[in-house]
Amino acid sequence: MMAVVAARELADGEVVFVGIGLPNLACNLARRTHAPNLVLIYESGAVGATPSRLPVSIGDPALVTGSLMVCGMADVFQLFLQNGRIEVGFLGGAQVDRHGNINTTVIGPYARPKVRLPGSGGAAEIAIHAHRILIVSKLSPRAFPERVDFLTSPGQRVAKVITDKGVLERDEASGDLVLAGLYPGIDATEVRAGVGWKLESRARLNQLDPPTTTELHLLREVLDPQRLYLKS
Amino acid sequence: MQDAVARYVRDGDVVVIEGFTHLISFAAGHEIIRQHRRDLTLCRLTPDLIYDQMIAAGCAKKLVFSWAGNPGVGSLHAFRRAVEGQTLEIEEYSHFGMVARFSAGAARLPFWTLRDYAGTDLPRANPRIKSVTCPYTGEELATVPALNPDVTIVHAQRADAQGNTQIWGLLGVQKEAAFASQRVIVVVEELVDERVVRSDPNRTLIPATIVSAVVVEPWGAHPSYAQGYYDRDNEFYIGWDTISRESAVLSDYLDEFVYGVRDRAEYMQKQPRLAERLKAGEQRCAGVNYGF
Repeated sequence: MMAVVAARELADGEVVFVGIGLPNLACNLARRTHAPNLVLIYESGAVGATPSRLPVSIGDPALVTGSLMVCGMADVFQLFLQNGRIEVGFLGGAQVDRHGNINTTVIGPYARPKVRLPGSGGAAEIAIHAHRILIVSKLSPRAFPERVDFLTSPGQRVAKVITDKGVLERDEASGDLVLAGLYPGIDATEVRAGVGWKLESRARLNQLDPPTTTELHLLREVLDPQRLYLKS
Repeated sequence: MQDAVARYVRDGDVVVIEGFTHLISFAAGHEIIRQHRRDLTLCRLTPDLIYDQMIAAGCAKKLVFSWAGNPGVGSLHAFRRAVEGQTLEIEEYSHFGMVARFSAGAARLPFWTLRDYAGTDLPRANPRIKSVTCPYTGEELATVPALNPDVTIVHAQRADAQGNTQIWGLLGVQKEAAFASQRVIVVVEELVDERVVRSDPNRTLIPATIVSAVVVEPWGAHPSYAQGYYDRDNEFYIGWDTISRESAVLSDYLDEFVYGVRDRAEYMQKQPRLAERLKAGEQRCAGVNYGF
């Protein structure tokens, strides 16, 4: 469901900075359904990639074969990202807070971390330069604290947070994430239970449509038959 | 490889083995471990398994990086143990920050400017991330210092004997890292005649003028990959999670596959089915006309 909702967020012809895992599935699903002209850019330098297999890493050789362009990483960050050419960026993180700020650096204090996470990678600059940020993350109070332990990527361009139970949006007036949509059969209280602050709701909640048989077929039989990323 | 590492990699050096997923010289990393280099400052965007192994082997004093994970798998456990146990110094940037550091180093400028880090905690974690006011617009821009390694090691598909080096597929920051470095070791899948290089000069990323040594080491990037030669060994990357989780198991791995072999050829002989499993298929490009 998360991959399907993320895919539906992408418009045909958009330029998307793709991360590994569910975002990659979502982008390739969108390309095979409603957005055949989606341009996938990977931070590794593949532009207009059409991967023939699901890449385990963001630097998979299948991203190169048949792509439109391969450039160095200085070009990716300067000529594409900082230049403002990226419309949508996907991010995830160990923690997402009420303002949509993301932590992928440490749990606990920086100098004496309880858990050392991988760090920013390209996430800090993607959050700053992509026009619209989509976060994909499963709900839990630990993953959605009121404040992140470390602010790796600022939340001001976060448009939506796609969770396993519903969709949060950033409310322009308050700057807070609010509940905007629910998946079939999910109650708003279930979403609130997975968030570490008092989650407000939009006046009217969207009831999101379940995956279509085409979407399910593509995800399960074509894009991720080995269930690398489709766990549920 | 033995000679190149013995001659160009010294204790205490700032060492870069670059390659973004693609073309990571594991062969060089293993030789540095075998030669017991110590107190190295290891720099890379993504430390990857190779620096995890070098950290575990005790080569590293400090790590300079921007994303320290096992791509698509999870943690680098030796790195995590060292940081959580505070036995490894770290200096942390984002990818753009590291790219910018290499760009400044390659251009022999003292720093590079970028529009980044506003609103993040990264400058607080790393005081070397600073800012400057643009003299033309008044805008506040982030700055990162130049990175000029003592030695950069680059894996590539092919080079001629002088070191004119051709790379295709993902380019990472190989060019910037090489130009930024005092010494450059190029490790290649194939040594080719200078005529091959001259037939396709646009594919040359690193010119012989900046290269200190050329090492021919087929399969030298495994478990990373070389486009057109062999695939990434994703099974190994996934398996590393189990190997590296316990330092005793990791130590056994190093004993068998690093200390237990003399060179890359022996490493490959130990794993006779590897080549068959990972050998690349054919996907030739159309070719271009360089005539005039």
